[in-house]
Amino acid sequence: MVEIILIVLMSFMLIAALIALESRDLLSSIVSLGAVGFMISLVFLFLGAPDIAIVQVVVDILTLVILIRATISRDLHPVEDIRGFFPFAVLLVLLIILTVFGLETMHYLPKFGTSMSRVAEYYLAHGLVETGAANIVSAIILDYRGYDTLGEATVLFTAVVGAVAILRRKAKQDG
Amino acid sequence: MDKKGLSEITKSITDLIMPFVFMFGLYLLFFGHLSPGGGFAAGVILAGVFILITLAFGKGGVEIYINRERSHLFEAAGALLFLFVACSGIFTGKGFFTNVLHQEFGSRYFRFLSGGNIVLYNIGIALKVMAGLFMVFFILSVTRVVLEGTKLKMRRRK
Repeated sequence: MVEIILIVLMSFMLIAALIALESRDLLSSIVSLGAVGFMISLVFLFLGAPDIAIVQVVVDILTLVILIRATISRDLHPVEDIRGFFPFAVLLVLLIILTVFGLETMHYLPKFGTSMSRVAEYYLAHGLVETGAANIVSAIILDYRGYDTLGEATVLFTAVVGAVAILRRKAKQDG
Repeated sequence: MDKKGLSEITKSITDLIMPFVFMFGLYLLFFGHLSPGGGFAAGVILAGVFILITLAFGKGGVEIYINRERSHLFEAAGALLFLFVACSGIFTGKGFFTNVLHQEFGSRYFRFLSGGNIVLYNIGIALKVMAGLFMVFFILSVTRVVLEGTKLKMRRRK
């Protein structure tokens, strides 16, 4: 049952992504991109990962708001189609080759849902006793994998500092 | 009536739902170690509340709650809180990132204090993410890029 829902959601996702690529209007592209994001979050929810689903929904909403309000709110112009025949043919051939090899690789993957890493079993068995956190995701990202989270926080800090530094100076010069 | 921002209907609805959204963010923040949620999602939702206020009431409406200086302060405070809690293991004679508070409080599972340091980490991350994302939105929405002749220039939006 879950597989059918996942397949339906993923095909809708593909359609929305194609619409986002092909539409002439930037605003409708962004709206289709939002639809892709919401369907990804539903997929996460059906796969049993509510933490990631919540993060996906809120980040998606925020990205849409920032994109619409801050970047294209006053610069709406239709995009011209400038692709020629030759680049399109090359792209199509490359995509077909990639799909064939990708389908061949699928046979070597482990069965869907089987656990590959032994450390995950350790976390599931000892996570509650060793960290006390009932939510295993919090226990892993903030206790076992604390260094990763520290690095991630540093990356976010650097990104914000960069955005502030780039956008502030010129605005100040203008008065 | 105040002419800034969106229409009167939007402002009333924003006034109504703003505290609930803020409360949901705080719930995700403080119970992130017991139920789905966590610092990052909570921070994004808290930033979303301030962005909602900015969209509905304009720039003046949000500066009652948070402005650029306070964002800088919150962001630095969040990062420092995270580092300080991570270093608390060193101060007590154990390793970096040791969950000191959990070892202190023992095994009261499924209670608020059971996570130990994890609650404090979540608070630090949420402060950081909230201030950072709000600052990015604020700066991007007050400056805009205009084409003057052949050059792109940044202008402060009126």
